[in-house]
Amino acid sequence: MPDFGYKISKDRQINFDENSKNLFAEVAMREPSVYRCISCGTCAATCSAAQFTSYSLRKMILLLKRGEDKEVITSVSRCMLCGKCQLACPMGVNTRNLILSIQNAIKKLSHV
Amino acid sequence: MFDWFVLPFTLGLVFLLGFIAWKFTSWIKSLTQEDQEKLVKSLATRKTLVSIREIISESLLHRKIFKTNRMLGYMHMSLAFGWLLLILAGNLESRIFNHGEMGPPYVPIFFRFFHPNPEIFRFHQEFSFLMDLLLVFVLSGVALAYYKRLNSKFLGLKKTTKHVMGDRIALTALWFIFPLRLLAESFSSGAFGGGSFLTSTTGSFLNSFLPSEILYYPFWLAYSSALGMFFVALPFSRYMHIPTETLLIVLRNAGIKEQKSHTGFTDVELNSCSRCGICIDSCQLSSAAAINNVQSVYQLRDIRYNTVDQDRSLNCLMCGRCDQACPVGIDIAAIRQIKRNELNPGMKEEYSYVHPAKAQQADVVYFAGCMSHLTPSIKHSVVQSFKKGGINFWFMDETESICCGRPLLLAGKSEEAKALMQKNKTAIEQSHAKALVTNCPICYKMFKNEYGLDIPVYHHSQYFAGLIENNLMQLEKQNITAVYHDPCELGRGSNVYKEPRKVLNQALTLISAEEEGEKSLCCGGSLGNTTISTEQRNKITQDACDTLLKQNPDVLITSCPLCKKTFQKVSDVPVYDLAEIVNGAIVINTKNKSKANQNSKIIKKELLEEEISNQTYPD
Amino acid sequence: MSKKVLIIGAGVAGLEASGVLSKLGYNVTIVEESDRIGGKLNRWSHLFPSRRPASEVLEHLQLNLDPNTVIITNSKITDIAVKDTSIEASLNTGKHIDADAVLISTGFELFDAKKKEEYGYQIYENVITSADLEKIFKEGKELTTSKGKAPKRIGIIHCVGSRDEKVGNTYCSKVCCVTGVKQAIEIKEHLSSCEVFNFYMDLRMYDRHFEDLYQEAQVKHHVQFIRGRLSEAFENPDGTVMVKVEDTLLGKPMKMNLDLVVLLVGMTAGNNSLFKKQLRLETGTDKFLVPADEHFKSVSSKQKGVFFAGACTGPKTIENTITEARAAALEIAGYLKN
Repeated sequence: MPDFGYKISKDRQINFDENSKNLFAEVAMREPSVYRCISCGTCAATCSAAQFTSYSLRKMILLLKRGEDKEVITSVSRCMLCGKCQLACPMGVNTRNLILSIQNAIKKLSHV
Repeated sequence: MFDWFVLPFTLGLVFLLGFIAWKFTSWIKSLTQEDQEKLVKSLATRKTLVSIREIISESLLHRKIFKTNRMLGYMHMSLAFGWLLLILAGNLESRIFNHGEMGPPYVPIFFRFFHPNPEIFRFHQEFSFLMDLLLVFVLSGVALAYYKRLNSKFLGLKKTTKHVMGDRIALTALWFIFPLRLLAESFSSGAFGGGSFLTSTTGSFLNSFLPSEILYYPFWLAYSSALGMFFVALPFSRYMHIPTETLLIVLRNAGIKEQKSHTGFTDVELNSCSRCGICIDSCQLSSAAAINNVQSVYQLRDIRYNTVDQDRSLNCLMCGRCDQACPVGIDIAAIRQIKRNELNPGMKEEYSYVHPAKAQQADVVYFAGCMSHLTPSIKHSVVQSFKKGGINFWFMDETESICCGRPLLLAGKSEEAKALMQKNKTAIEQSHAKALVTNCPICYKMFKNEYGLDIPVYHHSQYFAGLIENNLMQLEKQNITAVYHDPCELGRGSNVYKEPRKVLNQALTLISAEEEGEKSLCCGGSLGNTTISTEQRNKITQDACDTLLKQNPDVLITSCPLCKKTFQKVSDVPVYDLAEIVNGAIVINTKNKSKANQNSKIIKKELLEEEISNQTYPD
Repeated sequence: MSKKVLIIGAGVAGLEASGVLSKLGYNVTIVEESDRIGGKLNRWSHLFPSRRPASEVLEHLQLNLDPNTVIITNSKITDIAVKDTSIEASLNTGKHIDADAVLISTGFELFDAKKKEEYGYQIYENVITSADLEKIFKEGKELTTSKGKAPKRIGIIHCVGSRDEKVGNTYCSKVCCVTGVKQAIEIKEHLSSCEVFNFYMDLRMYDRHFEDLYQEAQVKHHVQFIRGRLSEAFENPDGTVMVKVEDTLLGKPMKMNLDLVVLLVGMTAGNNSLFKKQLRLETGTDKFLVPADEHFKSVSSKQKGVFFAGACTGPKTIENTITEARAAALEIAGYLKN
């Protein structure tokens, strides 16, 4: 491509209309308590994996809801399933099954 | 001696024996090499005698079911033992009659058809009487089985098992066998005489208004057909447990156990389940949360018929109550675990970010575990108690916690768990400690059974018990009453029942709870179950807490951070961990300090000895 | 002879209702569990959003009390029953009271912060509750750490015991957010060099002037607001407390050392077992009493002659409580006229 002296930045908006929300639908069907999340971040605060990586269950739920699946797929495998988040969540989200459900749903919709 | 009506029975029997021989061979073949050797070695030893004794007491007399409920025990015994006696006595009768000739196998079964009113032979009257008596014995069992369908509570079962098609066919056949035998023998007696108090009386009664000469043959045919049908359906039904349980007993006595993956032994265990349903009643998912389709009986059935699904496999608290209740002694938790491993979604976990903790040299490594970070009073108390006892320790997961790996293991991710275990193991080894202490029963079980550490692993209750026993720590008795809750992973899971009580008895007055020791309830917080909802968990917790607090203790004590956190949610009385009680009751003695440096060594030795002599509680 | 009204609880609701009922000509008897009247008002220093001294409000309530009002302190109702048109109550002192109507104004209890063990209340030295802080302000004491030093950084934790399924309270306590903002300002006024951080899930500045207070905290006092709920706290060897949150707006977990942690404890229902058992009153899943109709009978119970006012039917501000107490007094008057 010829150099025009400037670049067009890649659009970094969430394209909500075009993003598929199928993965979230599959996850929510498997673990409906995902709807209880109020994004308080307690899960990520207590998470041992979050200390070292960008892992955040709160963020993953939002990403799934917006159809931004890619980031979820790369980070969901960092969970140690220790269950601290489940013990800390003030809304009673069944977090361990939520994570397993995300993994299963990804496998089912063959994102991997 | 032959008649066409014996064919259904004979063919059924041939099929059944062939099938059993084929199955047994293939199961034994799919045992591991090591297990096969164990089996061969055990055959010519005392273990065989032990097996025979166990087969008699369990497969025939059903001793363990008797323990659960007398009526239920009697029902099983009359059917199994009664039937066997009937066969043995029939064989003996037929042999005496035929002067020791064996003859085809159907002869003793249909003896009364061929010899309705036998020519006089030795003991013929006694035999007629005995055979009738045994038939009454078996029929009483059948009657109870009928009644159990109507009213299972009478036989001590709140819930009965839902059956599959094979079961229904076999069950129907079984229900008909003995009443048909009664009618066939009675009609023969009515037509030709013979029989004793039962068949003769019934025979003359029926003969008074029915044509026995015409009816006796169809009833013998029906009897033979019912037997044949039962034999053909048996391998595809729960009744496969009858032959398989004998093999299970032999294998188990040879020292064969469940492995990490499915072996021939697993198949034997699966087929040994009689689906009696005793496990359903012991399951808190059923009693407290009204979940009735995931219990062990269904899990084993679904694995056997290959219809298992992941959700139901994961819907189990893994509390071990059903293992404890199972009259056949099937290693249910291990089988469920194997299935979970197989059903693992198979996403490779990524733990390269986890680094082993930076080891510090110490006598004792203290590992609090993830959950304890949400119950700071526990770790605080352990640390304070260690300091008061002058113990040189390293708090391994004080700031950065790496999970012990058990939650992953329970979810069927054993490979992933290994990655974490390796990191923790490295740090523990680098510390050159002489013992590992953890206050979390989940971690304890994991470190003890899966890590293969060279140093002893103690739950804090064991460690404190050791300190007290060796006069290295003294507790002051306080005027409070308490109930102690046995955490599943510590009690049933690791057989530690005595030490927590020993420690607590020094510090307060323990009242016994309704369900304790091996029968202790799960708090509902279990990491073993990922599928149940928060509401269902709450119900289990409430139910368990109500049971524990029935005697109105001042406090509720447990020795697991997860149990503590779970009970705190619903308990009306304060919930403490054993460590908090110890820390509050320690009498500081300056003499202790000087001895302190030797502590870990002494305790190590003492506790190890004790562990060996550790018996089951409460016996 | 004028009719008699029994009021249970001499807090804001009970006192205000008593004053109005006396003016309307009824004989009022107030039974109070503690040794003095005023309820929790005795424990607060200044009230949100106007920062009016709590003592001023209490004085006002006392002034409105009729001299003929019978106030029985240090007493508990042990039995209560509705008989035809009268109420009969017995006290633990052996006393019996007859009345024509009863007003339940038993208020609320503060959430026991020990139940939120991971925050370290009464385990860590430098963790206190919002009520403890009020006490310090009220007694005019200096705000210090456990070692007597002036704190350099204080964290105020919102929603302790509220909106938390794990402690069995799923509702919002309504008044803590604004209390937290008020206390942040007060701390800054006492210790201007101290950094103050409010950790919140949602800031609910719903009422008049609440938003002004929030702005004042930021603009005038540079209080920082961090959107993230505390998962757990650790005690450092020097006695400071490390808290862990996720800064949810940045999407990063965060740890911070604080010299002092203030837990904003929410409102929980009082012990209503007597009312449930003997008056067959209902409580909701939040354990607060349930009025006969949320719109039109918000101060009446389903039981004839039994009325409610104040926080016994759910978390309320003092303004709302006073309004409700007056409404209840009128409702009682209407009931007794018929």
